[in-house]
Amino acid sequence: MATTLAKAEQSVEYAARIEHVSKSFATPGGQQLVLDDIVLDVAPGEFVTLLGASGCGKSTLLNLVAGLDQPSAGSIATDGRPALMFQEHALFPWLTAGKNIELALKLRGVPKNERRERAEALLELVRLQGSYGKRVHELSGGMRQRVAMARALAQDSQLLLMDEPFAALDAITRDLLHDELTRIWAETGVSVLFVTHNVREAVRLAQRVVLLSSRPGRVAREWRVDIPQPRRIEDAPVAELSLEITEVLRGEIRRHGQH
Amino acid sequence: MASTETGTAADTGSVEAGLDALETSATGRTPFRQTFTGKILPPVLATVVVLVAWQALISFKVVDDPTKLPSPADVGDEFKRAWLEGKLLGYIWTSVSRGLLGFLFALAIGTPLGLLVARVKFVRAALGPVLSGLQSLPSVAWVPPAVLWLGLDNEMMYAVILLGAVPSIANGLVSGIDHVPPLYLRAGRTMGATGLKGAVHIVLPAALPGYLAGLKQGWAFSWRSLMAAEIIASSPDLGVGLGALLENGRNASSMPMIFEAILLILFVGIAIDLLIFSPLERRVLRSRGLLVKS
Repeated sequence: MATTLAKAEQSVEYAARIEHVSKSFATPGGQQLVLDDIVLDVAPGEFVTLLGASGCGKSTLLNLVAGLDQPSAGSIATDGRPALMFQEHALFPWLTAGKNIELALKLRGVPKNERRERAEALLELVRLQGSYGKRVHELSGGMRQRVAMARALAQDSQLLLMDEPFAALDAITRDLLHDELTRIWAETGVSVLFVTHNVREAVRLAQRVVLLSSRPGRVAREWRVDIPQPRRIEDAPVAELSLEITEVLRGEIRRHGQH
Repeated sequence: MASTETGTAADTGSVEAGLDALETSATGRTPFRQTFTGKILPPVLATVVVLVAWQALISFKVVDDPTKLPSPADVGDEFKRAWLEGKLLGYIWTSVSRGLLGFLFALAIGTPLGLLVARVKFVRAALGPVLSGLQSLPSVAWVPPAVLWLGLDNEMMYAVILLGAVPSIANGLVSGIDHVPPLYLRAGRTMGATGLKGAVHIVLPAALPGYLAGLKQGWAFSWRSLMAAEIIASSPDLGVGLGALLENGRNASSMPMIFEAILLILFVGIAIDLLIFSPLERRVLRSRGLLVKS
């Protein structure tokens, strides 16, 4: 299934193209290989989740795609500068919610007289109309992540990178944000590369789930998710595929305890 | 399908609105009564207790030598006399204007210096330890050389203030910049805020609380340095500031005048902090949610 996908994409453009990327870090015990020969394409408008246990280098890979770090080998190409969302909201506490979004607009050269209107529109997109003047500490965790999402969308990138953005939220809020992310992805047509260690979350959101093995991170397997949206995390097909993926993931993890 | 989809979206929206309402709490102004019992009453009471204890020492003849400990009334008379002679505000203004002007100079020098130390590795290695060391050197040590270099004039006072306050201000900015969370820098970089843009939009605003703490300490050092300079280097040409008033009191063996000078020095130090620096700091911290109401 994965091979047909790759073939289809060769002729068209891509949101991100990761070609034979390896990354190693210098440690006291010598060079440690974190990512090994990763090959992965994200098509325009595609939603891909990167799934893996601790030590699979999924955050490292995201940093490389974001351009915050350089690969040791291989190459990464993206269609413009990607936007990045973190597990922590990373909103600037000296600015209001609206001004955080406006800063992103300003940094990509949107003229001053358009910023306010665009920021309001983005807040409306994440259903936070009326929160323009709110300070970051006045918002709840879920609201902060939605402002962070609006700020990331303000960068108007073709690719949205998300590094476990909902991991620190409670289950109810996370559920709602899954719905919102699916809706916003469909409305904006942005490509998403979403990192998580939560199998159900990966299946709930993605068109394609890519499983990374750990130490070093390699693409172990990938699944296409054909369950129609809107999905719920407790839907039977979601649970079924999650179970299958979890078994493979457990197998990957188990290998590390055997020596 | 389409109807279910919009139905789900609307449903999500309403649940979300409910959750947002549940998770944000309204904050209002503290009622005056609470401000009064919590903030105003305690220091007033403390002052009253000190005055009563002081008076008691005199009344019960624990200390009965007025050249050692004047009564509160004697000190009050001293204040009244200075006020009636029209000199009281002059004493205060002489010192305060010097102190604030010196502080502004220190601000103008300390801020770029702090930026350089924080951002340029070579400058940090060269000057960082010196700046930290200077902070622990009592600025009164600079008075004798400053008098010999510059003579008994206002420039000498400013030099001493600068040597006392510049290291605090520069160090405050350096530690403010050092403590900027790396996450903000990463977030800024992914948004395209690098180099000068990064400094203006991310680093400096993020470092503001540390910088303000440095300013506050810088003012305290300015004021102390100035008092040391005024006490040691008194000259008729320099006018009578609070330090000179203290020195005059010593020369005249007038304990009430000495008490008057000490109380004024204390009062001005507290007043400037309360009127300028604390509100500024509180405003910045509150707007960032760093000031938790207990």
